[in-house]
Amino acid sequence: MKIGVFVCHCGSNIAGTVDVVRVAEAAKAMPEVAFASDTMYACSEPGQDGIIQAIKDKGLDGVVVASCTPRMHGPTFMRTVARAGLNPYMFEMANIREHVSWIGKDKEANTRKATDLVKMAVAKLAQNRPLFPSSFSINKRVMVIGGGVAGIQAALDCAEGGLEVLLVEKTTTIGGKMAKLDKTFPTVDCSSCILGPKMVDVAQHPNITLYANSEVEEVFGYVGNYQVEIRKKATYVDWKTCTGCGACMEKCPSKKSPDAFNEHVGRTTAINIPFPQAIPKKASIDRDSCTKFKTGKCGVCAKICPAKSIDYEQQDEMVTEDVGAIICATGYDLMDWTVYGEYGAGRYPDVITSLQYERLLSASGPTGGHIKRPSDGKEPKTVVFIQCVGSRDKSVGRPYCTGFCCMYTAKQAILTKDHIPDSESYVFYMDIRAPGKMYDEFTRRAMEEYGTQYVRGRVSMVYPKGDKMLVRGADTLAGTQVEVEADLVVLAVGAEGAKGSPQLAEKLRISYDSYGFFMEGHPKLKPVETNTAGVYLAGCSQGPKDIPSSVAQGSAAAAKVLGLFAKDQLQSDPQVSKVDIKRCVGCMKCAMTCPFGAIKELEHRGEIKAQVIETVCQGCGICTSTCRQGAIQLQNFTDNQILAEVNALLQSELEEA
Amino acid sequence: MDKELRIVGFLCNWCSYGGADTAGVGRFTQPTDLRIIRMPCSGRIDPLFVLKTLIGGADGVLVSGCHPRDCHYAEGNYYARRRLEVLKRFLPIIGIDQGRFEYTWVSASEGQRWQHVVTTFTNQIHALGPIQRIGKDAQARACAFGRTLEVDVSA
Repeated sequence: MKIGVFVCHCGSNIAGTVDVVRVAEAAKAMPEVAFASDTMYACSEPGQDGIIQAIKDKGLDGVVVASCTPRMHGPTFMRTVARAGLNPYMFEMANIREHVSWIGKDKEANTRKATDLVKMAVAKLAQNRPLFPSSFSINKRVMVIGGGVAGIQAALDCAEGGLEVLLVEKTTTIGGKMAKLDKTFPTVDCSSCILGPKMVDVAQHPNITLYANSEVEEVFGYVGNYQVEIRKKATYVDWKTCTGCGACMEKCPSKKSPDAFNEHVGRTTAINIPFPQAIPKKASIDRDSCTKFKTGKCGVCAKICPAKSIDYEQQDEMVTEDVGAIICATGYDLMDWTVYGEYGAGRYPDVITSLQYERLLSASGPTGGHIKRPSDGKEPKTVVFIQCVGSRDKSVGRPYCTGFCCMYTAKQAILTKDHIPDSESYVFYMDIRAPGKMYDEFTRRAMEEYGTQYVRGRVSMVYPKGDKMLVRGADTLAGTQVEVEADLVVLAVGAEGAKGSPQLAEKLRISYDSYGFFMEGHPKLKPVETNTAGVYLAGCSQGPKDIPSSVAQGSAAAAKVLGLFAKDQLQSDPQVSKVDIKRCVGCMKCAMTCPFGAIKELEHRGEIKAQVIETVCQGCGICTSTCRQGAIQLQNFTDNQILAEVNALLQSELEEA
Repeated sequence: MDKELRIVGFLCNWCSYGGADTAGVGRFTQPTDLRIIRMPCSGRIDPLFVLKTLIGGADGVLVSGCHPRDCHYAEGNYYARRRLEVLKRFLPIIGIDQGRFEYTWVSASEGQRWQHVVTTFTNQIHALGPIQRIGKDAQARACAFGRTLEVDVSA
């Protein structure tokens, strides 16, 4: 075999701490290496042309590039090699930048290490075989999980692009967190006036099928050909006939059911439509609050319903759908603020969350837009906002900045003054973070025009004093202690990944971080993709975002799907497992361990053998390390290839000894 | 640090290899002894690779994959954890110090953690010193044995 080795300087990134010329010299001495050289920037156009030229001039049949991580430029060089007429899998990379030049300054040791890594790559490449992808067709339907503003935008953009869209929403209406907001910063737009029409568009778009009150149960398959099982949870109302007239809500005797849409500041009926603009505008029964379900006696809604839609016997329904791509827009939840015992959250009724306050401000909220404090319904004259409750706080495991709390606190302070002109607002803050367009101007307006008192410092304690809440904290600018007698305390609670996102991530085979946010493919260059082909992210499921960013990412995810579906055929990754039928004893241990169900039984001359379904195999190689016969081998990561690397390394040790 | 020792790392492509990359990008200084072999998944790591590497003369072997529950292939690291734990307990039986082998979980975002893992493990191997040489002849026999294993696999 004639192997060519190209050692990259990467400017001074590698050449600064590795003697690249010596590495190339050493490579020349390796068996099967026919050509070796160093090159300034292997990934640049002249660098790639040099590789192509050498392949043609020297008749190379394999190439090793020693440069950066294969996670960065592996595909780049595979395309280069293919352009020169070689099979792209006759290529290996030695990572001498991230793993060598950038982590140590000792040039001697680095050069030795780089030489070893090249030697290992050459040894592996000597065992490589050309691999060929197969083509498969794709199902041009897309599933969007999550009907918040990011999911809505993604669904609408995909549908406008001509794709058939399934929008799966966990709750009984789409709209997400944005639908709960009264106004939005920094324009003080009415939230439902800008979101409402988009929600209606979703309901009316011929290309969108809406699965509300539904959850993704299982996901099988691979990019272009996913099968998803969706659980349509029982609402005990036949949504085909329900007209959303609301007569049932008026007559329902269980008027004290928890109201999740109003963040539990108000009460609702056991059968309800979450809010007047809900899409779909259909009623559903809260089983835990319904008298009929609890005692068997009642049935008022069934009697009153003009459309005869009530069905107490309704069961969850499973639906199986085929889609080609999935956009995940499951959003966020507020972190559990009750861990802040010193703020009395969860104990004192007049200490509420920002989202609860948002419902108090909203004209469609439980108080009709009049701010009334939960304990006695009085109008608060002094409102204290405490920022960074569950943001930038290592002690509760939330070290990150949620990013939008500064802004919504400023907005709520402004709205408070609008609602109650003789009120006073205090904001306890750490820093003001307002980097968006018109954002800093907005927070300044809250301070200057609306007279909100901004106090820099953390609150140490909140406790009741008479009918007031005493807020004790520090003013770190003045260097004094501050005490404020507040009528209402609003905690600006930070965001974390939506509940259940780890479980969903496992179903989708994507990664998530310790806060429940999904991991993007690359923090800078692949912000919408995941490491699983055909699964994309939008909105707060990827990290806390304000509305403009969520909408932008929703559109970006839709663009990715439209790009993916612009092809009629996709190529499968040929780096899959392959069974040597002569060695296979048909124990099927491989099939038992395969997480993807990619191995099936094959009857071969009266014996059971394993067979890999190439398009389903994801190339993890769990089967390969399970097979005691060594009969099933992951292509490009065979036992021989890995052991060749080990041997090449230990060989040099043996020579030194 | 004294003379470099031979440490081999088997890393899964998605988390730990990415974590090692992140450590590099962050310029987190590390000892230079470790040579990394990239694997698609920690579940691909046959415990025999580790044994073969140690018998073949490596002073230490480090395996690292995605944190449990966070595997690109859903459950590969659970297989890895089970196999490698058994392997670790087996090592003293064949006369290899348990400390020469570790398995860890490092995610792609944990560059600093990777620096810590590499530094700690390298120090640990240096404390143990070079693995006992079993003489050139015996080592050659071991290698030859290794090669028969390979031939056996490819036949």
